[in-house]
Formats: sequence, C-alpha cells, structure tokens
Amino acid sequence: MSTTTENPTGTTTRTVVVVGHGMVGHRFVEALRSRDTESTWKVTVLSQEAEAAYDRVGLSSYVGAWDRTSLALAGNTYAGDDLVDLRLGTRAEHVDREARTVTTSTGDVIAYDELVLATGSHPFVPPVPGHDSTGCFVYRTLDDLDGIRVAAESAIERAAVEGREANGLVVGGGLLGLEAANALRLLGLTPHVVEFAPRLMPLQVDDGGGAVLEGLISHLGVQVHTGAGTSSIAAQDDGRLAVELSDGTALLTDLVVFSAGVRPSDAVARAAGLDVGERGGVLTDAACRTSDENVWAVGEVAAVEGRCYGLVAPGYTMAEVVADRLLGGEATFPGADLSTKLKLLGVDVASFGDAMATTPGSLEIVHTDATKGTYAKVVVSDDARTLLGGILVGDASAYTTLKAYVGREVPGDPGALVSPAGAELGADALPDDAVICSCNNVTKGSICGAIAEGACDLAAIKGCTNAGTTCGGCLPTVKKLLVDSGVELSKALCEHFEQSRAELFEIVASTGIRTFSGLLARYGTGTGCEICKPTVASILASTSSDHVLDGEQAALQDSNDHFLANIQKNGTYSVVPRMPGGEVTAEQLITIGQVAQDFGLYVKVTGGQRIDLFGARVEQLPAIWQRLVDVGMESGQAYGKSLRTVKSCVGSSWCRYGVQDSVGMAVDLEHRYRGLRSPHKIKFGVSGCARECAEARGKDVGVIATDKGWNLYLCGNGGQTPAHARLLASDLDDETLVRYIDRFLMFYVRTADRLQRTAPWLDALEGGLEHLRAVVCDDSLGIADDLEAAMGRHVEGYQDEWKAVLDDPEKLSRFVSFVNAPEEADPTVAFDESGPRKVPVLLGLPTVRENA
Amino acid sequence: MTTLVSPPQGMSAEVAAAAGRNVVRPGILPSPGARQWVSACPVTALVPGRGIAVLLPGGAQAALFLLPNGMIYAVDNLDPYARAAVLSRGLTGDRGGEPTVASPLLKQVFSLRTGAALDDPEVALPTYAVRIQHGTVRVGLPLP
Repeated sequence: MSTTTENPTGTTTRTVVVVGHGMVGHRFVEALRSRDTESTWKVTVLSQEAEAAYDRVGLSSYVGAWDRTSLALAGNTYAGDDLVDLRLGTRAEHVDREARTVTTSTGDVIAYDELVLATGSHPFVPPVPGHDSTGCFVYRTLDDLDGIRVAAESAIERAAVEGREANGLVVGGGLLGLEAANALRLLGLTPHVVEFAPRLMPLQVDDGGGAVLEGLISHLGVQVHTGAGTSSIAAQDDGRLAVELSDGTALLTDLVVFSAGVRPSDAVARAAGLDVGERGGVLTDAACRTSDENVWAVGEVAAVEGRCYGLVAPGYTMAEVVADRLLGGEATFPGADLSTKLKLLGVDVASFGDAMATTPGSLEIVHTDATKGTYAKVVVSDDARTLLGGILVGDASAYTTLKAYVGREVPGDPGALVSPAGAELGADALPDDAVICSCNNVTKGSICGAIAEGACDLAAIKGCTNAGTTCGGCLPTVKKLLVDSGVELSKALCEHFEQSRAELFEIVASTGIRTFSGLLARYGTGTGCEICKPTVASILASTSSDHVLDGEQAALQDSNDHFLANIQKNGTYSVVPRMPGGEVTAEQLITIGQVAQDFGLYVKVTGGQRIDLFGARVEQLPAIWQRLVDVGMESGQAYGKSLRTVKSCVGSSWCRYGVQDSVGMAVDLEHRYRGLRSPHKIKFGVSGCARECAEARGKDVGVIATDKGWNLYLCGNGGQTPAHARLLASDLDDETLVRYIDRFLMFYVRTADRLQRTAPWLDALEGGLEHLRAVVCDDSLGIADDLEAAMGRHVEGYQDEWKAVLDDPEKLSRFVSFVNAPEEADPTVAFDESGPRKVPVLLGLPTVRENA
Repeated sequence: MTTLVSPPQGMSAEVAAAAGRNVVRPGILPSPGARQWVSACPVTALVPGRGIAVLLPGGAQAALFLLPNGMIYAVDNLDPYARAAVLSRGLTGDRGGEPTVASPLLKQVFSLRTGAALDDPEVALPTYAVRIQHGTVRVGLPLP
C-alpha cells in the first residue's frame, strides 16, 4: 500500500509516521520540515501523552508554577503547517510492516511510506517487594509529577497534624534521581536518596567527585544513602511507607519515587518483529535504520549499532540523521560525546572526555577544596601533555574551555588547569577546530569566520553560527573571541540612540535638555523603547530633584518606578518600608504588622534587613503608604536602579567587640543617598569592627570600622557575579568618608553603562582601582567639587516620593486598577493560602479572541 | 456591512493638548460588523506614552494607550507569557517604527497595531477597536 500523491508543485508527497512526540520526535519533525523545502513529505505524529513535546530535561521546573505551557518546546504544535498532523493522546498499538500501516489506540489505521520510532523509554522499577504500593511513583512525565504533587501535598498536611516533617524517598542517585530529589525538595518534602553504587552519579563522576557532591547535596537537606539497595517497601496503616534498605536502615517515608534508570520503550517494535539489541532498544545501523528498511529509530529507544543513549543531545543527532536520510542524504550517526554539564539542586556537575581515566597509562590531577566544596580533576596522557577528560563538581565554569582542549596538547603545566591559582586557559590559545558551543557543535573557526565576515555583536554571531543559542554557557567565550578579534562592540543604547548611557549623561548635563522628547528629537530617532526610556528617566532623576512622576517623566519610568513599588509575578506589588540599618521601633513594627494583617499581605524578611510586604494591588498602595507616613516611616526603594539599603551590624553601642557606631553611620548614609538613581542598583554595608558582620565587602560601598575611624571598600557585588569590594582608603574620619562616597557615587552614576554594576564598571575603568583612588582621593581630574556639589543637590532636593504622590491628587488618581471602574479590584488577582505560605495564583491561559 | 471610523468630534483644546498633538485618533480601524462600545475615560485622563486598564463587560480587560503622536490603541491587558493582567503598565515605544508595548514583567514586546509578539510568531494579543466621541475614549467589543 502506498500513500504517494501529487502535490501542487508536481513532485510526489509521501507520508512519514512518527511514533512518539518527546524532545527527539519533535526535533525530527522540525528538522525534516525545515529542510524539506519542496514539501515532499507529509508527517503524522502520534503522541501518547496528551501534551505536545515538552522539555523533559527541565521537568523539575514544572514544580511550583505547575504551568505545562512553560515547558512546551518552541513550535511543538506545528501551527499553520498543513503538512504536519499531530495527534495527541494517541498511542501506536500495532505496526503492520507488510502493509506499511500503523494502527492507533483510537482505532485509526495510518498508512506510511516511512516509519520513525521515537517512543523513548520508560522508568525502570526494580522488582522490590511492595514496589506497586500506593505512594510509589516514577518520575518521567508531567502526569507523573501531578501525581507526586497530590501525594506530597496530602503528606505535608498529614505531617503537619502529626507535628513532623514530610519526607520522600528517591530510589536512584543518578542524574534523574537527583532531579527527582530536587522536585521533592521544591514540593516541600525532605528528600532521601538511595543509590546502590558507592557514590552519587556513578556514571558521571568518580569517588572523589561523588564525595564532594554528596557533601554539597547533604548540605541542602537531602539525606543521601549510598552503597545501599532498597530491600522492601510496605504500606503502613497511617498511609506512610516503611522502607528497608540493604544496609539495614529502616525508613518511614510519605512517598517513594523510582528513578533508577530507564528501559527503551520497544514493545511495539518487538511485536512487529524488528530486531532489538541485547539490552533492549530497537537495533539500527549507523544511519538509524532498523532491520526493516522503511523503519527508523531515534532517541532513547534506538540501539544504534547496539548502543542506547540516555541523553538528549545524541537523540537530536539521530533525528537530524534520519531527516537527512529521508531527503536523500547520506548522514550517519557519528557516535556521541557523553560529556555533560548540569546543575543539579543548584550544584554544578560536569564530566567530559575520558572522565574515569580508562585510557591505559593516563594520569589524574585532582584539586579538592573542602571549604569551598569544589572538586576538579583532569585526566592527561601518560606524557602529561594531552588532555583526555575531566570531572568538575561545585564549580564548572572551566568546562567549556577544558572540553575544547580534550584530545589536544595543553599549553604549560596541566596541573595549573585545576589549580585555583593556576593559569586559566584563554580562548585565544585554542585551535580553530576546537568546539566552543557544544550544544550546536560550533567551532572556534566558524565563530572567527563569522566575525571576519562582519558579525560584530553577539546577536549577529548567534544568528549566523547558532553558537550560544541553546544553553548560552559558551557566550562569555564567544564574547572574548569577539573582543580579541579587535571588533569594537557597539555602544549604542538601543535602536533609538547611538550613544552610550555615559554619553547621554554628558549630553543631558551639558545641554540642559530636560525632556525625553527633546533629547530624542535632537540626538535620537523614532519614539523610544523599554530600554532607552528608563535609562533617560534615570539620567534625568540623577541630575535633578524633580519627582519621578512629574510631567513627561512619568511615561518613561519602568513599572516599578511608575508605581513606586516592586511588581511581582501576578501584577501585584510588594512594599518595603525604609528601615535604615535594619533599625525599627516597636511602634513601627506593630504598624507594619497591622498593615500586613489589614491588607492580607504576605510578609518576608529580606536579605537587606528590611521587611517585604507582598501582594498589594495598585489601588491599595497609597493607603499602605499613608499608614507608614502616619508613624513617621516612608516606603523604600526595593526596586529600580537606585540606592536600595544600607545594612549594618549592631556596632559599638551594643556589641562588646564594636569599635564604631555602625548603626548610626548606616542610618546617616541611607538618609543621605536614599532616592539616588543610578545605572544599576546600589547597596551599602557598614560593619562596626573587623569581624565584618554586615558583610560590607559584598556591597557596592562597604564601610568597616577601625579603632581610628573607617575603612572604605568599593565595588563589591553579590548576585550573579559576586565580587569582593576593594579597599580604597583607610582610617577615614566621618566627614572624609562621606566626601569620598559622594565623589565615588556621582562618578559611577555619570560614567557607567546601562545596567553595569560597580564591580564590572571598575574592571572596565582604565587604570582600575588606582585611577579610581586618584579621582576620589586626590582629585586627579579636578572634578571633585563638581561631584560633591551634584550630590549636595541630590541630598538637598530629596523628598519622600511616596508621600508626594499622596499629596498630589492628579498623581494619586493613576493608582487604580481600572480607569473606568476606579473602585473595582482587579478580579484576576487571586492567591492560594492553603499551603505553608500565601502564594499568587496565575491565570489560566488566556484564550485568543477574534480581533474586534 | 462596513463601519467607517467617525472623524474625531468635539475635540476640545484640552483634549488635543493632552496628546501634545492636534489630532487624537484610533490606531486600529474596526473590522466590519456591529459592536458594543464601552466608555473608558475622557481623552484627558490618558498620559501620552502610557497605558491604562479598562474593565470590559464579561470580565475581560483592555489596555488602552495614548502615544505621543496622538494615536490611541487598545490591546488585551493579559500578558500571555506571565499570565497576569499587567500590559497596561508596560512601557510604550517603537521597534523599527512599529508602535509597541513591552510587558512590565518579562519585557516581551508586542505590536500595538496588530497585537503580535514581535519575537514570537506564535503569540498575539487580541486587539480592540477604539473610537473617540465627544472627548470620551470608547473601546469596541464584538457583540456576542
């Protein structure tokens, strides 16, 4: 039976049926449809799950938001593509190879010219007594997680009544097992992980790496039991499960998740008489063709030349191979690089090349730092010259470069590769055929080629090479290549302004232009956007004391500055009362508590010694501010690019070690710089002695008391790229300290790029710390008076922005949910208070309405 | 049946000043067919460059924007990415001349003219027709 028909272009259209719509099945359809420019193939896809292809690798991120759409793979419904027929919730029951038909669970018989099996695999459940008890789960699909969720939630309720913690046990301590443990943790259970091997992730890491990994993971509250099997599971009368381990440990657990490996889902293939591998899986040749020339297998179900692969990247390669073959190509599966880099429970783990040192004569160089919780091993050839592989735990930042060196001679001492003091391998030393982006297999040569052909920014390189478009881990290396090639990165703020932020600042300061429209008319094009508007708003705010919602400025402020509060995921706001140095009176604290109670706000103490009140609707904000104003408080910036908070320890007034009044100084500094708008957020810390309890060296401005005065540290950052602040000057008196901070802050505000925090700003500053010291302490540029005067104007002009709104009926009138129903609360705002804490509930997916 | 947009009527000096231009006009022409017109607010209540939310009969919400050039647009207020009613609080602007609003949450950019998400061909916001009568902005809903 043939399905061949004529298509409009005169060529023939054939039908390929794809069984399975996981990540690899989807990749196959995409690959085929994007390359089949003549439309020679019609595709019918059968998906057993009701959900179209989703990111199974990221399954644990489903926990919390419970949003199926957020895991959907791009383009997974093939909307608008008439040649793809996706049938969800439809299983392939039977394949008749003779007739070339597939019979589905809905009773349809679909004829095919070619058949692609992408049925994936299913979790292996060890035949432990009691493995099918209620409360036992597997971890593979969204439906599995929904089931685990229900059980976990009732377990937490039950545990709360009984006054204990709810826990869950994961059988299997490999990659998937730790993912499952993470899911349990996110659900609020204490996870136990049981691994038969003597270490976690036995396939990826060695004993040393496993030990460090176990330490890091135990630290996160996961109970690890290695070198133990699960002997029996028995349901208890109280709904819990009694689990006995082979080492004699007995555990009572609320639920059990099996995550002890997978088995290829090859039942349909077996029934159809296709050859299967020794350990299961549909046997194929290097072209992914099975024992039937019209049937192919890809992904976890395929045993390519006898070998199954449990990672998604080799599956993607197989999908590309088969797509190529169906279009007449000659592609073969080149074997797979099983290198992996992943973040499990927030812990970096990477393993690449000959990680287990199986090459005869190979040597291992290991660096373990028990205090930091890092493990780094490289495996080199017997002459210690060629890098063969390695393992990184705790910090995998060197992965991209190290992996690119696998199979190559290492410049210099290989031990330096894992030594923290050792030389870092630069991208410039790499040969052209070294792979920089391993997700998309892009070499240094192709990236440099793209640069030579005129790609002059990251977006252009992504566009023409695909490098960095999947995980993005290689982007710092790509950027380095770009800079090394001498390309001048464009400073343009956005499509509306060719100038950088610092240049616009100079323009505003020297021309006196005070409106966005005026600046745009003279120096820009178009009408602006979400990048240049807040940037210009910040510059205008840094250079005057106008209220941020005055006149035209109101339309430039990003949502937080527009509503003077911190927008949260459901569109409500959080309010953080200003609390300099973390100091608060009993009366103020009572007011904050009453406000939270009266407005039903969720309360959380922040990292900056303040109290965050979540869940206020737009129209509630002014009433909340009024209550604060009534007891002499004001709201504070926990948002915006501005001074956030000055953190302090209790200092000499209470602490027996303190040598200066750190709280008093913190309060003064916050009052001085509050409201200052800047290129990025600014945080301060003040410590009353060298013990540094305020962690001031992690702040943009860190002040640490000495017995003679204050040491001033600058440009420390927390966040994504932490940096310690660096000492600018020692033993300063109060007045000099404040003068230096004035100068520093204004210098930063004037010269930094948009969203450039102080640490990268200092890194990029020509002359570095020495130059900064010269400008701030020695006035080498002769601008110190000017900087101080500018700060003086800011301090002088400070007003309580929130109170100013209360005092201005016009501004106040904008704080409504609906312009045509100012009394109405937004009916879409809802919260769930059934769990341990109040959380926002997002809307169901909006249905797209016909355009009016 | 074709419905033509009525030219702006009763434009007061105050209304025109609010937009910074002499003419305030709808950015989206209504498609043919009768519809229900919901009064939103006086034109003067709109801040040029910013949006405001309008509660519609049946519980839907429109995000209404007046741009500095005098054009008024209405798209659905629900951010399909964040699943929250926030788009009226986004920043307006243009991309290559196309009038836009950026979600205040995760900054996805939508065309105000067509509702399309500019970086994602599969996502589009519903749009609403707008008319201005006697200084009042009205949002057009298709009749059920």
